[in-house]
Amino acid sequence: MASVTRHRLNKRLLRAGHLIGLFVAMTVICLPGLWVVLNSFRPTVEIMAKPPVWIPNDLNLDHYRAMFGGAGEGGVPVWTYFRNSLIVSVTSTLIALLVGMAGGYAFARCRFKRKSTAFVVLMASRAVPGVALSLPLFIIFGRTGIIDTHFGLILVYVAMNVPFTIWLIDGFFRQVPRELAEAAEIDGCTRWQAFWKVEFPVARAGIASAGIFAFLTSWNEYALASQLTRSVTSKTMPVGLLDFTSQFTLNWGGMCALAVLMILPALVLTFIVQKHLIAGLTFGGVKG
Amino acid sequence: MAQVHLRNVVKRYGALDVVHSISLDIADGEFVVLVGPSGCGKSTTLRMVAGLEEISDGQVVIGDRVVNDLPPRDRNISMVFQNYALYPHMTVRENLGFSLKIARRPQAQIDAAVDEAAAILALTPLLDRKPGALSGGQRQRVAMGRAIVRHPDVFLFDEPLSNLDAKLRTQMRVEIKKLHQKVGSTVIYVTHDQVEAMTLADRIVIMRDGHIVQVGTPLEVFEDPANSFVATFIGSPPMNLLPGTVQGGRVVLADGTAVPVPPGLHVADGRRVHLGIRADNIMPEGHSLPPTAHMAHVDMPVTLTEPLGTETLLFATLAGAEVQAKMLNPRPVTPGERLRFGIALDKCHLFDADSGVSLRM
Repeated sequence: MASVTRHRLNKRLLRAGHLIGLFVAMTVICLPGLWVVLNSFRPTVEIMAKPPVWIPNDLNLDHYRAMFGGAGEGGVPVWTYFRNSLIVSVTSTLIALLVGMAGGYAFARCRFKRKSTAFVVLMASRAVPGVALSLPLFIIFGRTGIIDTHFGLILVYVAMNVPFTIWLIDGFFRQVPRELAEAAEIDGCTRWQAFWKVEFPVARAGIASAGIFAFLTSWNEYALASQLTRSVTSKTMPVGLLDFTSQFTLNWGGMCALAVLMILPALVLTFIVQKHLIAGLTFGGVKG
Repeated sequence: MAQVHLRNVVKRYGALDVVHSISLDIADGEFVVLVGPSGCGKSTTLRMVAGLEEISDGQVVIGDRVVNDLPPRDRNISMVFQNYALYPHMTVRENLGFSLKIARRPQAQIDAAVDEAAAILALTPLLDRKPGALSGGQRQRVAMGRAIVRHPDVFLFDEPLSNLDAKLRTQMRVEIKKLHQKVGSTVIYVTHDQVEAMTLADRIVIMRDGHIVQVGTPLEVFEDPANSFVATFIGSPPMNLLPGTVQGGRVVLADGTAVPVPPGLHVADGRRVHLGIRADNIMPEGHSLPPTAHMAHVDMPVTLTEPLGTETLLFATLAGAEVQAKMLNPRPVTPGERLRFGIALDKCHLFDADSGVSLRM
């Protein structure tokens, strides 16, 4: 009996330790985010106070008001940045998904020469840090005149995302049994129909998650965008954050307010697609 | 409704031939089972008929059309896959009606066809479920329903029962046979299970290493196996094969035991052969069928017994080889007990020891 009690106690202790560990980890991960959100509502005095004010005692929307205000009052072209971000991210994500679907399908289903080499090279391209490319890209884009354009940025983001979407979507198509497409072909479909009516819907969850990843990469990317965008016509929101820095001051409050606006759409999108992210759609089509 | 003809069909992967120039004529409405051990090319052959594998050489004819270059959708066939291949994102109703929807039939016609198929296969209460919410046997029936909805010329079955448990398999076997009797279409059915082959087939095609070894009705291949491979593959338990040499009209086994050559066979002295005896034709005295015109007798020690109820399977040793024999009206037998067995020579076979070819042919 004693050993059973001890076993039970151990189990509980282990579980408690588990939860505490998780709590600490989550705190470390969430605290900066919380700091950003809180500071966007706090007056600058309180943000900069020494010793720090932990519990906010004055919350207001001043930073937001200023941000959307005129140029003289610390305003930044939020809507233009938002639009730029949206155009660049959505377009590059769509293209990356289309290419990723074609490539992923080919890697999952077709036999061709040097397939594994091609795959390794594609994945190795992910090992190159994006910033390392910023100077060559800057020069090439400058010469070809696509610097400071949506097109240039979209091109870069597509190149960044395609290897990843191919890899992810390849994995999802591999999980779709070949027989499904074969059954569809026997049922009267062309190859094209078999793909769109059967394989695509079954792999939809995976494709959606690849899309989310590609979108977030483009939406949050800063290093390359800060080099390749020069003006309001193409600056994205992460680059727009820099508008709050001037030679001697940093407008932390304003920066946090813009950051919150940046986080919101990404968060909303993730929640919407979350349902699709839960894989297991293929369950039941073939033997259990 | 259609005949199917395979004419010197070859399947080649690079330099490797997996199906070697096989020819087969299947009559309209016939139920043909391709059977053989795994890797014998039976599934590949079926997939070539379906259009899922390219035909490297030769011709496949369905009805009166050479279909070599037709895609699967133009062959008017339907296929039941080993893993069922149901569309997981569609309900049973949508799964059943999918082919008709692709063919752009009017909705009323689709509904009627789906309801009819569902009624035949007792799927009506499941129509609004998705495959994930079905049991193995139900999925199997949906897969069959999807096949019958479009009234194809030819049904192709690729090991459809191998994922079911033994009881369900027996049940579905009967349903498939009933279905064939009702629908009357040509069926090509692939299995590695000889019991399925025997019970379902009008004709069995036994394949091995990409060749057709024998074609015949279940009883023909059972009673007249073309070689020792067929003899051991068809029938359960497998036929006993005892190596020996023919001398003076008798087969002399390794330990000197001599058994007369089965009647009607003339084999030259000194030829090395395998004597083939099914368990049903070697029975202990007093527990056997009435003796036939030509009987031989041997004494064997029993090493193991498998009681099956109405009969017991006895494992005994003869000339160093293991022999399985049947005991009717069984009584308990202790291992080591020596029994006298009667061999019905009329039902025995002789195979060439090297080539395995039956000497009865």
